[in-house]
Amino acid sequence: MEVRTGMKGDIRAETVQFPGHGGDEIQAYVAQPLDPGRYGSVVVIHHMPGYDEWSKEVTRRFAAHGYLAACPNLYWREAPGADPDDAAAAVRAKGGVPDPRLVGDVGGAGTYLRGRESANGRLGVIGYCSGGRQSFLAACSLELDAAVVCYGAFIVGTPPADSPLHVSPLLDRVGQLSCPVLGLFGAEDQYPSPDQTAELERALSAAGKQFEFHTYPGAGHAFFATERPSYRQEAATQGWEEIWDFFGEHLGS
Amino acid sequence: MCTYETEVLPAQGSAKGAGGWFPVASVNVYFDHPSHAPFEHSLNVDFLNPALGASARVAVELDRESARELALAIERQLEATGGFERHAAEFGARPRTAPGPS
Repeated sequence: MEVRTGMKGDIRAETVQFPGHGGDEIQAYVAQPLDPGRYGSVVVIHHMPGYDEWSKEVTRRFAAHGYLAACPNLYWREAPGADPDDAAAAVRAKGGVPDPRLVGDVGGAGTYLRGRESANGRLGVIGYCSGGRQSFLAACSLELDAAVVCYGAFIVGTPPADSPLHVSPLLDRVGQLSCPVLGLFGAEDQYPSPDQTAELERALSAAGKQFEFHTYPGAGHAFFATERPSYRQEAATQGWEEIWDFFGEHLGS
Repeated sequence: MCTYETEVLPAQGSAKGAGGWFPVASVNVYFDHPSHAPFEHSLNVDFLNPALGASARVAVELDRESARELALAIERQLEATGGFERHAAEFGARPRTAPGPS
């Protein structure tokens, strides 16, 4: 477990705007440590329910642990200023966020964070639920130092033919992966299923990529989500420990 | 579910949301993680008017049993009043639009 000594742990959190995909100004929630020093940067890719209170809590948590963190509102274009659940419903009905736009928005968040005076230049991503797949996508599309995938579906496997979800599997992009990957999954999850995460492990091994997967028994999808019945305290606590170790190793100064 | 499977029904009517009444243009029906209901999954119905923005939405999240009962109750009500509607069509009467005693 990473332990930072001598830090008060104070943070500042605020809503900002910066250019995302195509130069569009998008909203983001940014949190940063106030203790003097240089810090690694983390882009938090929110879950399918959107840019909500829980995603902002997660962003603040990274700052409290010594990271510059930004959570871009991936639904900003469809629903500027709307409640997160209304925005999520609107984007869901359209089949989700297009992959190129996701990459552009995460890239914009990374550029914003790396431009902060206290940035150490290293950049990681973490994503939950739909953001888990998007974290892997970003790591295959951008130059990153670390990526965490939390129960991301459809990295392996294809949505049913009648699904409005406009995504394709990412297995053919494994060779383009730019950084080590930490995968955190639930043994009871079907999206992704344990068979699918095992297939992803085999593909990463075959490509010679650095990765570390943990699958927690008794946990299903969204076991980190504290405000939902899917929350599993033991899996979430162990998962956070893995995250601090992983980012500490790859994003620390 | 994470597959985003959704039934999108064009619809006519009205719904009352946070900003008051608005004309409904579509109804989306899907089984997925709820935003508020205390279940891992729920049957969700969104009454929408996308032209008015994402906030023109009345959202309902029900457990599976409640959703089935609702669907059956809607069917029963439509069936019970079907005779009246056929009568109205034949004789030119207008069906009631305001709630009243049955």
